[in-house]
Amino acid sequence: MAEIVSLAEGVAELVNDGDTVALEGFTHLIPFAAGHEIVRQRRRDLELVRMTPDVIYDQLIGMGCARRLVFSWGGNPGVGSLHRFRDAVERGWPAPLEIEEHSHAGMANRYVAGASGLPFAVLRGYTGTDLPRHTDTIKPITCPFTGEVLTAVPALNPDVAIVHAQRADRAGNVQMWGITGVQKEAVLAARRSLVTVEEIVDTLEPMPTQVVLPTWAVSAVALAPGGSHPSYAQGYSVRDNDFYQAWDAISRDRDSFTAWMHKHVLDARRNA
Amino acid sequence: MSAEWSADEMMTVAAARQLRDGTACFVGIGLPSTAANLARATHAPRLVLIYESGCLGAKPDRLPLSIGDGILADTADAVVSVPEVFNYWLQPGNIDVGFLGGAQLDRYGNINTTAIGGDYGDPKVRLPGAGGAPEIAASCREVIVIMRQSPRSFVERVDFVTSFGYGTGSGDRERLGLRGAGPQVVITDLGVLRPDPATQELVLTELHPGATVEQASAATGWPLRVADDLRTGEPPTGSELSVLRALKAATGGSRSVAGA
Repeated sequence: MAEIVSLAEGVAELVNDGDTVALEGFTHLIPFAAGHEIVRQRRRDLELVRMTPDVIYDQLIGMGCARRLVFSWGGNPGVGSLHRFRDAVERGWPAPLEIEEHSHAGMANRYVAGASGLPFAVLRGYTGTDLPRHTDTIKPITCPFTGEVLTAVPALNPDVAIVHAQRADRAGNVQMWGITGVQKEAVLAARRSLVTVEEIVDTLEPMPTQVVLPTWAVSAVALAPGGSHPSYAQGYSVRDNDFYQAWDAISRDRDSFTAWMHKHVLDARRNA
Repeated sequence: MSAEWSADEMMTVAAARQLRDGTACFVGIGLPSTAANLARATHAPRLVLIYESGCLGAKPDRLPLSIGDGILADTADAVVSVPEVFNYWLQPGNIDVGFLGGAQLDRYGNINTTAIGGDYGDPKVRLPGAGGAPEIAASCREVIVIMRQSPRSFVERVDFVTSFGYGTGSGDRERLGLRGAGPQVVITDLGVLRPDPATQELVLTELHPGATVEQASAATGWPLRVADDLRTGEPPTGSELSVLRALKAATGGSRSVAGA
């Protein structure tokens, strides 16, 4: 059964230095508040996993929380580069970042295998590209029934998955809707999970396109209203596209990035 | 060239015209999304827009900034998970057209969105990476590429094959068992390139009004072949331009917080 905790307690209990951590959310419902709490608690040597390491991973990487990144698309959607990610890969600042690079289809299937309790997933993917040459978690596999050569990718089973959802009930059942990406698979694939929510309610009214994570499949739920900003929570907020555009200038320079993180994350205390 | 429209506008209009009404199109963000939405707002009202965030049949009335803006989910016929969009919809060949951009494109239509210069472990420029593109390029029935043309972006051989076009030429796709037909058309700010049916090398088949063969050759990093029947395309119509400008003026939408 999911425990209802504060965000600070949830991160302290569930995220350890050196863990493999997946903060998921596909454009929508990105768990920014939880990422900021990880920065505040000064977690180090994390292996960060995420299909689209956008601004939240740019911040974690720039603050020196990560030693490794497993991903499929590292950009600022619709805007351009992630400057902190690029600085780490191109110049090793603030620390060298090891990367394991996949495609979206490969990453999605790795989570599916992880959630399914299988060692690997099979797909038609990566064929003819240079990715298998550089990523050793992409291998050919022959279908035992047809002889066709396909691609295998190993399961992802993070130590902890963190996602943001619209709401939970007091028992810790979680409900999300709209674009739900790969969050269900990430939570079910992970050993532990933390879900931040916009609100905690008495009863979860059914919503179109909803995904429900039963309380017994989640480790902890923390209230974090607005916790996906500058991403958004459908029904509660809209994507702050102005922020994503502003991030380009803030993050381009190491000093302006660090100053921004101090002002808006390290010195900002969330109510526990 | 006339000052009545920009080269980027001509490119977007030319790309939109390639999309046939009633087909299903897997749309990347940026230029592809702009062109696909222009097509849907003009000659192809029944064009089915599919975004990798899981939005099938999105009908945005303004351009999304990301592939997951709320307007896409709000207007979609169905919103499915990311594993589903790749496994059930893209992988079996259910999508007619894949619409891709890129940072580098080569003579055989291979696309690089991963890294430029240096080597993979120590690149000069680190780009965002693959996203959905490798499987879009492999599994859509055909691929349309839209990219601004320059000697730095149109190169003899891409530094990294992120998305496979025709490899090193004729027969490579078949040998690898790729099911889709690959990049059938490349739209640039100067004209249109198509693969030679015999060799799969990209050949200039069409110029935009005002553009010249010399400009196209100078903007290409390999000796560009020109089709015998090179034609000049139609300029943007007044309505194409006004719809495009209205769409672009309303990109993303502004920040506001809606009630629950």
